[in-house]
Amino acid sequence: MTDKPCNLFDVGHRACGGCAAALAAKLILEAAGKNTIVVSATGCMEVFSTPYPETAWGVPWIHSLFENNSAVASGVVASLKKQGRTEKVIALGGDGATVDIGMLCISGAFERGTDFTYICYDNEAYMNTGIQRSGATPYDASTTTSPAGKCSFGNPRPKKDLPAILAAHGAPYVATASVAYPADFKKKVEKAVNIPGPCYIQVHAPCCTGWGFEGEKTIAIGKLAIETGLWVNYEMENGEVTRVKKVRRKPVEDYLTEQKRFRHLFRPKKNDGEIAKIQQIADRNAEKYGTDIVLKK
Amino acid sequence: MEGSHAVARAVTMCRPQVIAAYPITPQTHIVEALAEIVANCELDADYITVESEFSALSACLGASAAGSRVYSATTSQGLALMFEVCFNVAGMRQPVVMSIVNRALGAPLSIWNDHQDSISLRDSGWMQFYAEDNQEATDLHYIAYKVAEDHRVLLPSFVCFDGFILSHTYEPVDMLNQEQADSYLPPFKPYHRLDADDPISFGLFASPDYYQEFRYENDQALRSAQDVVASCGREFGEMFGRDYSGLVEAYRLDDADTAIVAMGSLCGTVKDAIDELRDAGKKVGLLKIRSFRPFPAEEIKSALSGVSRVAVLDKNISLGSKGAACLEIRDALYGSQIPVLGYVLALGGRDVRKKDIAAIVDNAEKGRGDIFYGLREELLK
Repeated sequence: MTDKPCNLFDVGHRACGGCAAALAAKLILEAAGKNTIVVSATGCMEVFSTPYPETAWGVPWIHSLFENNSAVASGVVASLKKQGRTEKVIALGGDGATVDIGMLCISGAFERGTDFTYICYDNEAYMNTGIQRSGATPYDASTTTSPAGKCSFGNPRPKKDLPAILAAHGAPYVATASVAYPADFKKKVEKAVNIPGPCYIQVHAPCCTGWGFEGEKTIAIGKLAIETGLWVNYEMENGEVTRVKKVRRKPVEDYLTEQKRFRHLFRPKKNDGEIAKIQQIADRNAEKYGTDIVLKK
Repeated sequence: MEGSHAVARAVTMCRPQVIAAYPITPQTHIVEALAEIVANCELDADYITVESEFSALSACLGASAAGSRVYSATTSQGLALMFEVCFNVAGMRQPVVMSIVNRALGAPLSIWNDHQDSISLRDSGWMQFYAEDNQEATDLHYIAYKVAEDHRVLLPSFVCFDGFILSHTYEPVDMLNQEQADSYLPPFKPYHRLDADDPISFGLFASPDYYQEFRYENDQALRSAQDVVASCGREFGEMFGRDYSGLVEAYRLDDADTAIVAMGSLCGTVKDAIDELRDAGKKVGLLKIRSFRPFPAEEIKSALSGVSRVAVLDKNISLGSKGAACLEIRDALYGSQIPVLGYVLALGGRDVRKKDIAAIVDNAEKGRGDIFYGLREELLK
């Protein structure tokens, strides 16, 4: 029988229709292959993929707690090394597990130079517990703990820049990706698992339930994030940005209007001031990473 | 040898393949000694210098699940930080062995000895063995690994010994050599492991339809570990002359009117006090609890069946209730007419002397119990 890597993350899991995290898991294993051990954090991915006595994972998989997947992975890596085994170790976590509660363990594992790849599926809030804001929730997104209201425009802070923090740890490879660009994401996963040392990928994973859009639009929303400059796909090698996805930028409104989490910026009347601030975030991203395609005159 | 160094040597001979540890007083000498042992290639282990105790035990969990024998050591606040992981390791049935160099918990901050740290993890599903002296602290590590890794048990284990009182004290310790250690403790054979050739999932989530049975099986495993503890302790005695087949140990208890129950280094002081009390005509004996989990209730019931009263010494307190051993002993003797009197003492390292034991026996004879012993009343105004 031929090995079909796409079956390493199988159908039958309980993810929502249109779930980008489930798609991410499938793509990760297609890229990494069967010689992989996955260490999952508590979160949507863990809950929808492993309701006892079932599991969607065709590779060895372990879940311990919310905040310790990097530390558990450190132990797995050490054990494999002592046994002379060759499996690649991937730690998987949502943005809450990664940029918030798991920061200590991730920082420790990266500082120690642990030979593993950490992949954060970033759906920009605590979705498993019902859409609460995390350190990766974007500016002005309405969540259940950063609700828009009479005196609130939603989440008051921009996203924490974890890729930069981990690059500052001396990580040899840090990348961002999007499920809307699956070939690019897979290439990055394959690259990361084959580079010795701690590598990090943060993959943008639009959440239809949490962001408020129809499940069939996941890819379209992911593309709009990139096309508006609110998400940038790039690679950093040894601390230097080496590759950036260039775009002909669209106004951020094109992205915001598609999602209920930003609806308060347009109803009852359009909030030009706040939308301009979000446009500034996109403009700064474009400038920082040089994403704009400049037409030659 | 210093207690910590004796333990580090014993751990070395148990051949853990992965060590993850974080320094904390008074555990530090153990992990320093092991770091040096690994640095000098005397032990072929991967030593993970983690950034917290929480990560130390998490790394041990991962390494154990991947198929390695693992080791860590901690105490007090470090163990408290591991709380969440402790329940996880036990629930995932990983035979992690960890030294607990017993120390009080803050606040107020105290680096000195009592048993509040390990006792507070009483319900986590770990086995808990308490050592009276450094010989026992050392020997219990071999036994703990053997019991924990037994496929009838598959549970993690604390080896508890008193901070400073034992860890920093020099005493003669009879060490096994590597050949002896290897003949007693075979290489680790994991029951399951993370393996790409045979992929399985660890740590799934269980709905109310399944959860309770996992807890029941965990409880059954800990209960049935009693027999394995006894047989591994007996085997150690047969091979090396120091018998640990009893989960409890009696001292001059046969004809005693008053039985003292204690754990850890306090037992040494109690034995000396008993000798003096016996000389003065008082029939006092000791029942030392070596294994607090599994808890040998039947063995204890039978050992205490002939006494007139039981005085239980606890270096811990469930605030608002009693010391942990007192509650357990009362439960074990439920239905008998033997009064069980609890004494909470030696918290945060307060010294206990022979005269204190005599005073406690005196209290017990007068039926005065369930008290903090040795309070400085002048501070409580």
